[in-house]
Amino acid sequence: MSLHATHRDAGPITVVDLSGRIVLGDGSALLRKTIRGLLEDQRKLILLNLADVDYIDSSGIGELVSGYTAVKNQSGDLKLLHLTKKVRDLLQITKLYTVFDVFTDENTALRSFV
Amino acid sequence: MASDTKHLEVALETKVDSVNLAEEMCLRVAEAAGFGEDDCYRIGMSVREGVINAFHYGNEERPDKKIHLAVDLTADKMIIHVLDEGAGFKLSDVPDPLAEENLLSTSGRGIFLMRAFMDEFTVVSGKTGGAEIVMSKKLPAPGSASPNGQGGKNATPRQEA
Repeated sequence: MSLHATHRDAGPITVVDLSGRIVLGDGSALLRKTIRGLLEDQRKLILLNLADVDYIDSSGIGELVSGYTAVKNQSGDLKLLHLTKKVRDLLQITKLYTVFDVFTDENTALRSFV
Repeated sequence: MASDTKHLEVALETKVDSVNLAEEMCLRVAEAAGFGEDDCYRIGMSVREGVINAFHYGNEERPDKKIHLAVDLTADKMIIHVLDEGAGFKLSDVPDPLAEENLLSTSGRGIFLMRAFMDEFTVVSGKTGGAEIVMSKKLPAPGSASPNGQGGKNATPRQEA
Protein backbone atom coordinates (compact mmCIF):
# COMPACT_ATOMS: atom_id res chain seq x y z
CA MET A 1 0.00 0.00 0.00
CA SER A 2 1.56 3.28 -1.08
CA LEU A 3 1.55 6.38 1.09
CA HIS A 4 -1.15 9.01 0.84
CA ALA A 5 -0.93 12.44 2.45
CA THR A 6 -3.48 15.21 2.88
CA HIS A 7 -3.18 18.24 5.08
CA ARG A 8 -5.50 20.63 6.85
CA ASP A 9 -4.89 23.82 8.78
CA ALA A 10 -5.79 24.29 12.45
CA GLY A 11 -4.84 27.93 12.94
CA PRO A 12 -1.06 28.21 12.61
CA ILE A 13 -0.69 24.45 12.83
CA THR A 14 -0.87 22.11 9.87
CA VAL A 15 -2.15 18.59 10.50
CA VAL A 16 -0.86 16.08 7.94
CA ASP A 17 -2.99 12.95 7.71
CA LEU A 18 -0.89 10.08 6.41
CA SER A 19 -2.03 6.61 5.40
CA GLY A 20 -0.12 3.64 4.05
CA ARG A 21 3.53 2.66 4.35
CA ILE A 22 6.47 5.03 4.81
CA VAL A 23 9.18 2.97 3.16
CA LEU A 24 12.09 3.31 0.75
CA GLY A 25 10.92 4.83 -2.51
CA ASP A 26 7.68 6.71 -3.12
CA GLY A 27 6.53 6.67 0.52
CA SER A 28 9.62 8.33 1.90
CA ALA A 29 9.75 10.70 -1.07
CA LEU A 30 6.15 11.84 -0.54
CA LEU A 31 6.75 12.53 3.15
CA ARG A 32 9.83 14.57 2.27
CA LYS A 33 7.97 16.50 -0.44
CA THR A 34 5.04 17.19 1.90
CA ILE A 35 7.15 18.55 4.75
CA ARG A 36 9.44 20.57 2.47
CA GLY A 37 6.37 22.02 0.71
CA LEU A 38 4.87 23.13 4.01
CA LEU A 39 8.14 24.78 5.04
CA GLU A 40 8.28 26.63 1.72
CA ASP A 41 4.77 27.93 2.49
CA GLN A 42 6.02 29.05 5.91
CA ARG A 43 3.90 26.41 7.67
CA LYS A 44 6.40 25.49 10.35
CA LEU A 45 4.15 23.96 13.01
CA ILE A 46 3.39 20.46 11.79
CA LEU A 47 1.47 17.61 13.39
CA LEU A 48 1.87 14.28 11.58
CA ASN A 49 -1.18 12.07 12.09
CA LEU A 50 0.10 8.49 11.73
CA ALA A 51 -3.15 6.74 12.69
CA ASP A 52 -3.33 4.96 9.35
CA VAL A 53 0.40 4.30 8.96
CA ASP A 54 0.96 0.68 9.88
CA TYR A 55 4.47 0.22 8.56
CA ILE A 56 7.70 2.24 8.54
CA ASP A 57 11.12 0.91 7.55
CA SER A 58 14.55 2.43 8.26
CA SER A 59 14.20 4.68 5.23
CA GLY A 60 10.91 5.99 6.57
CA ILE A 61 12.42 6.51 10.00
CA GLY A 62 15.24 8.44 8.36
CA GLU A 63 12.72 10.62 6.56
CA LEU A 64 10.83 11.35 9.79
CA VAL A 65 14.10 12.38 11.43
CA SER A 66 15.10 14.44 8.38
CA GLY A 67 11.75 16.25 8.44
CA TYR A 68 11.99 16.84 12.17
CA THR A 69 15.47 18.35 11.79
CA ALA A 70 14.45 20.49 8.81
CA VAL A 71 11.48 21.93 10.72
CA LYS A 72 13.53 22.54 13.88
CA ASN A 73 16.21 24.28 11.81
CA GLN A 74 13.56 26.79 10.73
CA SER A 75 12.48 27.37 14.33
CA GLY A 76 9.35 25.31 13.80
CA ASP A 77 8.12 22.16 15.46
CA LEU A 78 7.06 18.72 14.22
CA LYS A 79 5.07 16.38 16.44
CA LEU A 80 3.47 12.98 16.03
CA LEU A 81 -0.12 11.89 16.64
CA HIS A 82 -1.86 8.51 16.91
CA LEU A 83 0.98 6.03 16.50
CA THR A 84 -0.02 2.47 15.66
CA LYS A 85 1.50 -0.24 17.86
CA LYS A 86 4.08 -1.27 15.28
CA VAL A 87 5.23 2.31 14.69
CA ARG A 88 5.33 3.06 18.42
CA ASP A 89 7.38 -0.07 19.08
CA LEU A 90 9.76 0.88 16.27
CA LEU A 91 10.28 4.38 17.65
CA GLN A 92 10.82 2.94 21.12
CA ILE A 93 13.51 0.43 20.15
CA THR A 94 15.32 3.07 18.08
CA LYS A 95 15.08 5.51 21.04
CA LEU A 96 13.31 8.06 18.84
CA TYR A 97 10.25 7.98 21.08
CA THR A 98 12.25 10.23 23.39
CA VAL A 99 13.10 12.63 20.56
CA PHE A 100 9.64 13.25 19.15
CA ASP A 101 6.70 14.68 21.05
CA VAL A 102 4.02 12.01 20.66
CA PHE A 103 0.30 12.44 21.35
CA THR A 104 -2.78 10.24 21.45
CA ASP A 105 -5.30 13.11 21.37
CA GLU A 106 -5.42 15.69 18.59
CA ASN A 107 -6.72 18.59 20.69
CA THR A 108 -4.04 18.03 23.29
CA ALA A 109 -1.45 17.89 20.52
CA LEU A 110 -2.69 21.13 18.98
CA ARG A 111 -2.66 22.93 22.33
CA SER A 112 0.92 21.81 22.95
CA PHE A 113 2.22 23.98 20.11
CA VAL A 114 1.18 27.20 21.84
CA MET B 1 22.70 -28.95 2.86
CA ALA B 2 20.53 -31.36 4.83
CA SER B 3 18.07 -33.35 2.73
CA ASP B 4 15.08 -31.93 4.59
CA THR B 5 16.16 -28.36 3.93
CA LYS B 6 14.09 -26.47 1.41
CA HIS B 7 15.97 -23.87 -0.58
CA LEU B 8 14.85 -20.83 -2.54
CA GLU B 9 17.31 -18.59 -4.36
CA VAL B 10 16.87 -15.61 -6.66
CA ALA B 11 19.04 -12.86 -8.16
CA LEU B 12 17.36 -9.47 -7.87
CA GLU B 13 17.98 -6.30 -9.85
CA THR B 14 19.57 -3.44 -7.96
CA LYS B 15 16.47 -1.25 -7.82
CA VAL B 16 13.91 -0.10 -5.26
CA ASP B 17 11.24 -2.54 -6.45
CA SER B 18 13.51 -5.44 -5.46
CA VAL B 19 13.10 -4.46 -1.81
CA ASN B 20 9.34 -4.98 -1.98
CA LEU B 21 9.71 -8.15 -4.06
CA ALA B 22 12.17 -9.69 -1.61
CA GLU B 23 9.89 -8.84 1.32
CA GLU B 24 6.86 -10.38 -0.38
CA MET B 25 8.74 -13.55 -1.31
CA CYS B 26 10.06 -14.12 2.19
CA LEU B 27 6.71 -13.31 3.77
CA ARG B 28 5.09 -16.06 1.69
CA VAL B 29 7.73 -18.52 2.84
CA ALA B 30 7.39 -17.41 6.46
CA GLU B 31 3.60 -17.70 6.37
CA ALA B 32 3.82 -21.14 4.75
CA ALA B 33 6.30 -22.18 7.44
CA GLY B 34 3.75 -21.34 10.11
CA PHE B 35 5.13 -18.11 11.55
CA GLY B 36 2.53 -15.91 13.20
CA GLU B 37 1.73 -12.33 12.27
CA ASP B 38 4.27 -10.68 14.57
CA ASP B 39 7.14 -12.90 13.46
CA CYS B 40 6.18 -12.44 9.82
CA TYR B 41 6.37 -8.68 10.36
CA ARG B 42 9.83 -9.02 11.92
CA ILE B 43 11.07 -11.32 9.15
CA GLY B 44 9.62 -9.10 6.42
CA MET B 45 11.17 -5.99 7.94
CA SER B 46 14.56 -7.73 8.29
CA VAL B 47 14.52 -8.83 4.66
CA ARG B 48 13.62 -5.28 3.61
CA GLU B 49 16.52 -3.91 5.62
CA GLY B 50 18.95 -6.50 4.28
CA VAL B 51 18.03 -5.75 0.68
CA ILE B 52 18.03 -1.98 1.28
CA ASN B 53 21.54 -2.39 2.68
CA ALA B 54 22.63 -4.34 -0.41
CA PHE B 55 20.89 -1.90 -2.76
CA HIS B 56 22.21 1.29 -1.24
CA TYR B 57 25.48 0.56 0.54
CA GLY B 58 26.72 -2.69 -1.05
CA ASN B 59 25.86 -2.19 -4.71
CA GLU B 60 25.75 1.61 -4.40
CA GLU B 61 22.51 1.61 -6.42
CA ARG B 62 24.42 0.45 -9.54
CA PRO B 63 22.03 -1.38 -11.91
CA ASP B 64 24.83 -3.55 -13.35
CA LYS B 65 25.10 -5.35 -9.99
CA LYS B 66 22.80 -7.99 -8.54
CA ILE B 67 21.39 -8.68 -5.10
CA HIS B 68 21.41 -12.39 -4.30
CA LEU B 69 18.64 -13.52 -1.97
CA ALA B 70 18.46 -17.07 -0.63
CA VAL B 71 16.12 -18.67 1.88
CA ASP B 72 16.71 -22.00 3.58
CA LEU B 73 13.92 -23.64 5.52
CA THR B 74 15.43 -26.29 7.78
CA ALA B 75 13.73 -28.50 10.33
CA ASP B 76 14.04 -25.85 13.00
CA LYS B 77 14.60 -22.43 11.47
CA MET B 78 14.26 -20.11 8.50
CA ILE B 79 17.62 -18.80 7.32
CA ILE B 80 17.88 -15.79 5.02
CA HIS B 81 20.98 -14.79 3.07
CA VAL B 82 21.34 -11.40 1.35
CA LEU B 83 24.50 -11.06 -0.71
CA ASP B 84 25.61 -7.94 -2.56
CA GLU B 85 28.37 -7.31 -5.10
CA GLY B 86 30.04 -4.48 -3.25
CA ALA B 87 33.27 -4.22 -1.29
CA GLY B 88 31.97 -5.73 1.95
CA PHE B 89 32.00 -4.19 5.40
CA LYS B 90 32.75 -5.03 9.01
CA LEU B 91 29.98 -4.99 11.58
CA SER B 92 32.40 -3.36 14.00
CA ASP B 93 32.58 -0.34 11.66
CA VAL B 94 28.83 0.28 11.80
CA PRO B 95 27.97 3.20 14.13
CA ASP B 96 25.60 2.53 17.02
CA PRO B 97 22.29 4.23 16.06
CA LEU B 98 21.30 4.40 19.72
CA ALA B 99 24.31 6.51 20.67
CA GLU B 100 23.28 10.02 21.64
CA GLU B 101 25.29 11.59 18.82
CA ASN B 102 23.59 9.33 16.22
CA LEU B 103 19.96 9.59 17.33
CA LEU B 104 19.18 12.26 14.74
CA SER B 105 21.07 10.54 11.96
CA THR B 106 18.88 10.00 8.91
CA SER B 107 20.40 6.58 8.17
CA GLY B 108 22.20 3.66 9.81
CA ARG B 109 19.35 1.82 11.55
CA GLY B 110 18.97 -1.16 9.20
CA ILE B 111 21.59 -3.41 10.79
CA PHE B 112 20.22 -2.57 14.24
CA LEU B 113 16.67 -3.54 13.20
CA MET B 114 17.77 -6.86 11.68
CA ARG B 115 19.66 -7.70 14.87
CA ALA B 116 16.66 -6.76 16.98
CA PHE B 117 14.09 -8.68 14.94
CA MET B 118 15.91 -11.91 14.12
CA ASP B 119 17.21 -14.65 16.44
CA GLU B 120 20.61 -14.87 14.77
CA PHE B 121 22.39 -12.27 12.67
CA THR B 122 25.87 -12.01 11.20
CA VAL B 123 27.70 -10.57 8.22
CA VAL B 124 30.33 -12.60 6.38
CA SER B 125 32.42 -12.09 3.26
CA GLY B 126 30.37 -13.56 0.41
CA LYS B 127 31.44 -15.49 -2.69
CA THR B 128 31.12 -12.29 -4.76
CA GLY B 129 33.52 -10.49 -2.47
CA GLY B 130 30.63 -8.43 -1.18
CA ALA B 131 28.89 -8.57 2.16
CA GLU B 132 26.61 -11.51 2.90
CA ILE B 133 24.04 -10.97 5.61
CA VAL B 134 22.97 -14.24 7.22
CA MET B 135 20.03 -14.13 9.61
CA SER B 136 17.62 -16.68 10.98
CA LYS B 137 14.43 -17.09 12.94
CA LYS B 138 13.53 -20.23 14.85
CA LEU B 139 10.40 -21.91 13.51
CA PRO B 140 7.31 -21.86 15.73
CA ALA B 141 6.83 -25.02 17.74
CA PRO B 142 4.59 -27.62 16.07
CA GLY B 143 1.01 -27.10 17.12
CA SER B 144 1.62 -23.55 18.31
CA ALA B 145 -0.92 -20.92 17.40
CA SER B 146 -0.68 -19.61 13.86
CA PRO B 147 -2.60 -16.34 13.68
CA ASN B 148 -2.34 -16.39 9.91
CA GLY B 149 -3.98 -19.76 9.78
CA GLN B 150 -1.81 -20.78 6.88
CA GLY B 151 0.58 -23.61 6.23
CA GLY B 152 2.88 -25.47 8.54
CA LYS B 153 6.58 -26.06 8.90
CA ASN B 154 6.54 -28.69 6.17
CA ALA B 155 4.94 -26.42 3.60
CA THR B 156 7.05 -26.04 0.49
CA PRO B 157 8.15 -22.53 -0.50
CA ARG B 158 7.29 -21.63 -4.05
CA GLN B 159 9.76 -20.06 -6.43
CA GLU B 160 8.62 -16.57 -7.36
CA ALA B 161 9.75 -14.15 -10.04
